[in-house]
Amino acid sequence: MKNQKENWDLIIRPHTKWYDLRLSEILNYKDLLFLFVKRDFVSVYKQTILGPAWFFIQPIITAITFTVIFGNLANISTDGLPPVLFYLCGITLWNYLSDTLIKTADTFTANASIFGKVYFPRMIVPLSVVLSNLIKFGVQFLLFIAVWVYYLITQTTVHPNLTLILVPFLILLMGFLGLSFGIIISSMTTKYRDLKFLIAFGIQLMMYATPIVYPLSIVPQKYKWLILANPVTSIIETFKYAFLGVGEFNWLYLLYSLCFTCVLFFLGLVIFHKVEKSFMDTV
Amino acid sequence: MGNEVLKVENISKQYRLGQFGTGTMSHDVNRWWHKIRGKEDPYLKIGDVNDRSISGGSEYVWSLKDINFDVKQGEVLGIIGKNGAGKSTLLKILSQVTTPTTGEVKVKGRIAALLEVGTGFHPDLSGRENIFLNGAILGMSKAEIKLKLDEIIEFSGVAKYIDTPVKRYSSGMMVRLGFAIAAHLEPEILIVDEVLAVGDAEFQKKCMGKMKEVSGEGRTVLFVSHNMPSIRALCSSVMILKNGKLISIGETNEMISDYLSSETKSIKNEEGVIPDNLSLYNTGEAKFTQARILTLNQTPTTELFFKQNFILEFTIDVFKQITDVNISIFIVNAFGENILMAVENEMYKPTSFDKGTHTYSITFSDHLMPGEYSIGLAISYFHTGNSIDHVESFYNFRILKETETKDMEYPWATVHGYTKPHTKWSKK
Repeated sequence: MKNQKENWDLIIRPHTKWYDLRLSEILNYKDLLFLFVKRDFVSVYKQTILGPAWFFIQPIITAITFTVIFGNLANISTDGLPPVLFYLCGITLWNYLSDTLIKTADTFTANASIFGKVYFPRMIVPLSVVLSNLIKFGVQFLLFIAVWVYYLITQTTVHPNLTLILVPFLILLMGFLGLSFGIIISSMTTKYRDLKFLIAFGIQLMMYATPIVYPLSIVPQKYKWLILANPVTSIIETFKYAFLGVGEFNWLYLLYSLCFTCVLFFLGLVIFHKVEKSFMDTV
Repeated sequence: MGNEVLKVENISKQYRLGQFGTGTMSHDVNRWWHKIRGKEDPYLKIGDVNDRSISGGSEYVWSLKDINFDVKQGEVLGIIGKNGAGKSTLLKILSQVTTPTTGEVKVKGRIAALLEVGTGFHPDLSGRENIFLNGAILGMSKAEIKLKLDEIIEFSGVAKYIDTPVKRYSSGMMVRLGFAIAAHLEPEILIVDEVLAVGDAEFQKKCMGKMKEVSGEGRTVLFVSHNMPSIRALCSSVMILKNGKLISIGETNEMISDYLSSETKSIKNEEGVIPDNLSLYNTGEAKFTQARILTLNQTPTTELFFKQNFILEFTIDVFKQITDVNISIFIVNAFGENILMAVENEMYKPTSFDKGTHTYSITFSDHLMPGEYSIGLAISYFHTGNSIDHVESFYNFRILKETETKDMEYPWATVHGYTKPHTKWSKK
């Protein structure tokens, strides 16, 4: 009897060890993860006429706007590449990060009503965002590929190379980077909402601190380290280098981004886990 | 002795009142400063007991304080208590929606909580899609749901609309679907929070049936409700919470009558003075001020013998002349239902009152069965039905099982019905 008593499946305590993240639990809820992905994907374009076509419209309009404003009006160099292709390349990958970040950043506040009623590993929600945005990214990526193939055939300025095999890894990094920033912000906004106001223009600022509307090559040497300190820079640059043959590809920079992402993700997990247990009282 | 599947040890939960804002930060900093020096959280020492009506000095409140109990496998434990007694907080802790401030809960087996039906329903998705979504939120796997899909749809009774987005559903249909999903969960421990209080009578019956079935299968159920008949019908034991503290835990019927009598015990005076806050409508035209039970020789009492005649006395203050009104007197049972109504004019005609204080005394013959009762009083306009004053349940009194002369006693443990008609039996 005594032994049996110790045989509990679950112990609810006020404090748990910071490393006890209960990640294995997520596996038990993998069906929920995929159902959330499906829900997000299906529900967004219900009752719209164009439906999933909106996936294409958004990046195209942005690329055209950038072409007009930064390319034609401001005359910012695109390293000799067709501007639409250059911008689309950066936007496609950048959107994956920013969409993921924005959506995961309100995990707690947006889902308070569900979280207040049922327990499931809260991490399922931001993970589902990463996956549904990955699908969205996939669709936009196809658009980019189509434009890219068109220019590859019609122009000689585009030089893809073997770095292409790194692309899946770059996408993964972007996803995790967005997720990590997102869950940290969402954890920090449950009690004090101040950070929420920062996100909208923070994302804007971060985009301009990343070589998306300009190539890294035109950044003055003096400020280059600042842009390179941004972990997204080398991911975007490598991505551009792989498809277009311009930009800077450097293993060291990429390693920096990888380490940054890993540390941030781990930090995010710990903070998120700490907050998820009691956020219902403060949200 | 069965196995314990749930063990709650010293659970307490503290909440901070008021708004979070700039002021909160200083407390957080202070708390953190104590923590890094290895000292105890300074705010845990303070905190008022959880009583809504008294405004306390502290910003912190103990929503639950030192709760200890065990639940054995197959037990159906009812949790009762007034609003704000801490029932929901306890369920939230047990269902892991929030963590306790101190203490520990140990659980054996899968635990599922039903604090709401249809959690996470997406309005744009069809009923079928939502079954999968909601089922998964509640912890079922896709395969499990697929297996039970037909059963769920049939139980819900919304088969015809199953491929329609749930935003087109009536609220009743939504609840039916939600409960149908939850009813097919198969956790070892099920926590249910008053979800039965929804849907039409037919569906409620179905829910009760399902709940009984669940507990019959040897699964453990924790059930919070204000509805005493369902508690009585389902639970094997009952726990009473009051102001965040566990008052008692024990056999169902005993606990229910304890609870109900403690609820109104606060009015001890045999004078029967009605406190202001019991008046439901303050129209300023008239107000019941006193009501009590007397024996036939005019002694106020709260206990009557079985078959004893009694007098109900009440006083009403009328502030201005009112005409075309009617006073109704109710005997209210332990569940708050009116079981008897008496009016002054047996021809059911309106009456009128002059300004002033009027006291009535009404003689009742031996109509009541043994049990707990209280008095209800209402005055309203005869033709419009508009209420002038209404006291729902006041002055608890009890009909004992034995008679005044002690020559007999009501023989059975269960009392059937509330009133006792005078009948004449003849054999043909």
